[in-house]
Amino acid sequence: MALRITPLFAFGSRRALRMIERNLLVYKHGWLMLFSGFFEPFFYLLSIGFGLGRLVGDVVGPGGQTIPYALFVAPALLAASSMNGAITESTFNFFFKLNYDKTFASILTTPMSPGDISLGELGWALIRGALYTIGFLVVMVLFGLARSPLILLTLPGALLIGFAFAAVGMAATSFMKTWQDFDLIQLVILPMFLFSGTFFPLDSLPEGLRIVVQLTPLYQGVDLLRGLTVGVIGPETVVHVAYLLVMGLVGLSIVSRRLDKLLLK
Amino acid sequence: MHDSLATEPTPAVEEALGASRPAARASAPPLISARGLTKRFDDFTAVDGIDFEVAPGEAFGFLGPNGAGKTSTMRMIGCTSPVSDGELRILDMDPRRQGPQIRSRLGVVPQQDTLDNELTVRENLLIYGRYFGLPREECARRADELLDFVQLADRGKDLVEPLSGGMKRRLTIARSLINEPSLMLLDEPTTGLDPQARHLLWDRLYRLKQRGVTLVLTTHYMDEAEQLCDRLVVMDKAKIVAEGSPQQLIQRYSTREVAEFRFLPGVQETLDGKLDGLASRIEKLPDRVLLYADDGEEVVMAARERGIHPEAVLVRRSTLEDVFLRLTGRSLVD
Repeated sequence: MALRITPLFAFGSRRALRMIERNLLVYKHGWLMLFSGFFEPFFYLLSIGFGLGRLVGDVVGPGGQTIPYALFVAPALLAASSMNGAITESTFNFFFKLNYDKTFASILTTPMSPGDISLGELGWALIRGALYTIGFLVVMVLFGLARSPLILLTLPGALLIGFAFAAVGMAATSFMKTWQDFDLIQLVILPMFLFSGTFFPLDSLPEGLRIVVQLTPLYQGVDLLRGLTVGVIGPETVVHVAYLLVMGLVGLSIVSRRLDKLLLK
Repeated sequence: MHDSLATEPTPAVEEALGASRPAARASAPPLISARGLTKRFDDFTAVDGIDFEVAPGEAFGFLGPNGAGKTSTMRMIGCTSPVSDGELRILDMDPRRQGPQIRSRLGVVPQQDTLDNELTVRENLLIYGRYFGLPREECARRADELLDFVQLADRGKDLVEPLSGGMKRRLTIARSLINEPSLMLLDEPTTGLDPQARHLLWDRLYRLKQRGVTLVLTTHYMDEAEQLCDRLVVMDKAKIVAEGSPQQLIQRYSTREVAEFRFLPGVQETLDGKLDGLASRIEKLPDRVLLYADDGEEVVMAARERGIHPEAVLVRRSTLEDVFLRLTGRSLVD
């Protein structure tokens, strides 16, 4: 099956920006809500990074250097929260808006197309993701976890993770029929969150399992951000970026083919 | 509303059920024209090869019970539902290829309220204008104007959720007008509203019609169809079964008057053939008997002479409800 990558641009138009405008209007009423997503990685960092980290001590980080546990876990938490934010937005919230909210239905009676709406929603999710990431990076700097100027690149890195998961999440949602189907998503996301080298180095896993973990998208994201945070980049950085980019584009091409069928009945 | 009914020749073929006739006003090209328009969902046919035309400035109605295919037809005209078969042209464009261009000139009032509950009344209008690509200042100007038009100017800053059903409908109508549409699609605009709210809404729709906006609406209320529609089609089981102005339909399918007889429970069943021949047509409903005749009083007198004494008698003019009963054998709201 030939993958249609081209519809990425055929699928939405500049009108997608109107969706972002709508979301800005909504958040004008409760702009504090905008920052809700910041607290998840922040609390994890406090409890696991610093709390548990005191018991763990130092661990071996990228490039074989020894780093404090908080520094090991912080970029992983950033990657995981980018994933969680993107998944929540592109699965539960997207499904609700598609089927119950009827907001999308009313927007479709205007010149806006399903592609415009999806692209706009994706864009909005990324904007929010960027805000959370900036907040978290400030916290890392304040706690003395910034070792390399490359840490600034974790911002686009986190956005790439968000993009990849949101696109695939939307594609998956386009096949969902009932709320029960979402249990499947949790079944995939939770083990990924716990075992993708997020909280402990991969060496502690048996060989076979290690390869499985290295193939998961969250591992790709965690390793990407961890390398950037500590300042170690190499060929694997390129692999991670390419992996996530392809994942997002494949997701988008599926969404673009499914959307009209979903929304225009 | 007296039009040229009497002088218009009525071809015999039109008397047959299912015959439909394109818009009489041949001067301007139709805003909508459908030929063999069909909508299928898997193996269910919601709209089965219907033909109709809507002329500019006309108020055109689809009358029929729930499930007749009205909403499916409206969604196809609104370019939010692909045509399964047949030909459909809207504003001289093809919905298959020019959906966004067509939609940019439509005003849609859907059956269910689809207002944005996360926004205020005024913001609902503003952002809707933006979806049409209007500049912000223009959206603001039109939003204020429209809030006045639907008498919601004092609610502009409120959220949508606490509004009454009638207010939400009015806001939905205001929203549909933000792009100054050439064609308005209203799907059961007053279903579920109280009489006062309905009359206010009808008044606003009537004003729009006076301004030359073409209205296409669906309804299962005959009074609504009589109030608003210049011309309508009656739909039943995915097909069009009759077409004309309300007066034409009544003239063609009913008599001038109707005598309604109500009997005490159990009496109606004992009448047997006693009513036969009293009227040109007799319809027995569960709770009453309808006798169709040009002079209802005459029927009442004749019945009394036969010794028939109903509990209650009502003589009234025929309505579209009678037309519908004649065409489909059941009442509209069932």
